[in-house]
Amino acid sequence: MTAVATRPPRTSPHKRRKPRSRQGRETLLLMLPALVPVLLFSVGPLLYGIGLAFTDARAGRNAVYEFVGPQNFIDLLSDADFWASFRIGLIWAVSVTGLQFLLSLGLAILLNQNLRFRGVARVLAVVPWAMPPVVIGLMWRLVYHPDAGILNSMLGTDIDWLADFSLALPAVIVMGIWSGMPQTTVVLLAGLQGVPKELYEAVEVDGAGTWRRFWNITLPQLRPVIVAITSLDFVWNINQFSLVYVLTQGGPGGQTRLPMLFAYEQAFRYGFFGYAAALGVATMIVVLAVLGIYLWRQMREAS
Amino acid sequence: MKQIPKYAALLAYMIFLVFPLVWLVSTAFKTPQEMANLNPSWIPREPTLSNFEAAFTEQDLVGAGVRSLIVALCSAVLTVVVALPAAYAIARHRSLVSKIAVGWVLVSQVFPFILIIIPLFMVLRNLDLVSTLPGLIIVHVTFTLPFALWMLQGYVRAVPPELEEAASVDGAGRVRSIVSVVAPLLAPGVVATLLFSFISSWNEFLFALVVLKDPDVMTLPLTLVRFTGPEGVSRLGPLAAASVVATIPSLIFFAIIQRRLRSGLMAGAVKG
Repeated sequence: MTAVATRPPRTSPHKRRKPRSRQGRETLLLMLPALVPVLLFSVGPLLYGIGLAFTDARAGRNAVYEFVGPQNFIDLLSDADFWASFRIGLIWAVSVTGLQFLLSLGLAILLNQNLRFRGVARVLAVVPWAMPPVVIGLMWRLVYHPDAGILNSMLGTDIDWLADFSLALPAVIVMGIWSGMPQTTVVLLAGLQGVPKELYEAVEVDGAGTWRRFWNITLPQLRPVIVAITSLDFVWNINQFSLVYVLTQGGPGGQTRLPMLFAYEQAFRYGFFGYAAALGVATMIVVLAVLGIYLWRQMREAS
Repeated sequence: MKQIPKYAALLAYMIFLVFPLVWLVSTAFKTPQEMANLNPSWIPREPTLSNFEAAFTEQDLVGAGVRSLIVALCSAVLTVVVALPAAYAIARHRSLVSKIAVGWVLVSQVFPFILIIIPLFMVLRNLDLVSTLPGLIIVHVTFTLPFALWMLQGYVRAVPPELEEAASVDGAGRVRSIVSVVAPLLAPGVVATLLFSFISSWNEFLFALVVLKDPDVMTLPLTLVRFTGPEGVSRLGPLAAASVVATIPSLIFFAIIQRRLRSGLMAGAVKG
């Protein structure tokens, strides 16, 4: 990065009135305090981590490890636990992102209307955002608790939600939707407020109904915001760890073991650093693919 | 009357968003006897503070709170000190470095943590910083830095460069013009960034889980999770009480910034 950083003064010294080399040096000097920790503790480890994915590194302090090529990735492809975790991760990320979006859009539209109690509702709508992830996890444990939980007493059921093989994942997804709704709602609300009023007035004259107004104006106008927030939500959700770790630790029987929980277990419970790093690389490829599609769509929109 | 379905929908949303929180608070004030009752009620029949007492005495909640406070304060201050000059450079000089920095800010948001945390753990181990608070502070600073940088450069950009130029016309030196013209205008942005960094660190769980192995140095989120042992129902009261206490700083933070949140998602930070 440092090598690249010194380049601008050389390539375009004549473009500005201010001598670029002096400005470049000043920029570098100002950036230095931030650059050092970022390089040492973020960029460096990231590159090292990608390198580790091609080794048989183990957790021990003095463990020697060697280059094994793509062996970790080959192992990954034939690891049933990995595929199970990957499947759960995709179900989790897609359903949380999708349902969260639909629910948040509904809420944002309501909050954008001239209803009474709107102010109170807007404050309450951000409450989940204000809570630490650990507390959210613990709170939902209280809600789902088989004896002392409120859910069983409200529904009149007697279910151990988080221990049930088929109900645990949906239960975790509900928590995921709950915890991310404020961010999505606030972004969509900001988007809704950015839609020019004149557009609505124009179709009002044509006698368009609520549904047609929504479909022909609101939705197309919101489109960039929608693409952005759902992509971000997807990335956040696929990388989710704390919420689910606190709620279920990946149980029962791995039914809620998201990819990051799987990777964490591999690295810090069993000590397979190289294997866990390979898992990280695989996840990164999925994330980058999703972002690639997003950018591609954005560019197609723009042109 | 056309409005009734809308109000019903709004009410349903509010119930969904608020009921877990009400339940948490309610549980925090219940006696163990009431907790064992199979027909739990929303409002505690005999509200008690004993859970808070238990939370503070049984587990080392006070110690954990103090450690969290130290980590969060140090991380916040360090983050801003390190990010501020860089934010200034990014906002004022449009060079390749700035572009790379902004690119990194965006890219850093999408990497799976596991790719960074394993090598980072190895680095910290080599520096003998595992299970120490400085170790965790380093990690928190590194991970808050990109977004703090992003926020700050937005605030710097909102200060017109003409003001600086005017100051230098009046004969102020570069340092002086920054100190007496830019700094006061930047203060609210710096405070917002400090608060943001503080809360990120205060709430952070995953890195603390990896870095802090020793129960004697655990921060608040780790201590909270340790509450949920195999003990089960009898511990739920203190657990809820401790959770309520741990949420207070975040709630204060959101109370401060929530007007800003509502008026268009931190416009200064995002639009830049």
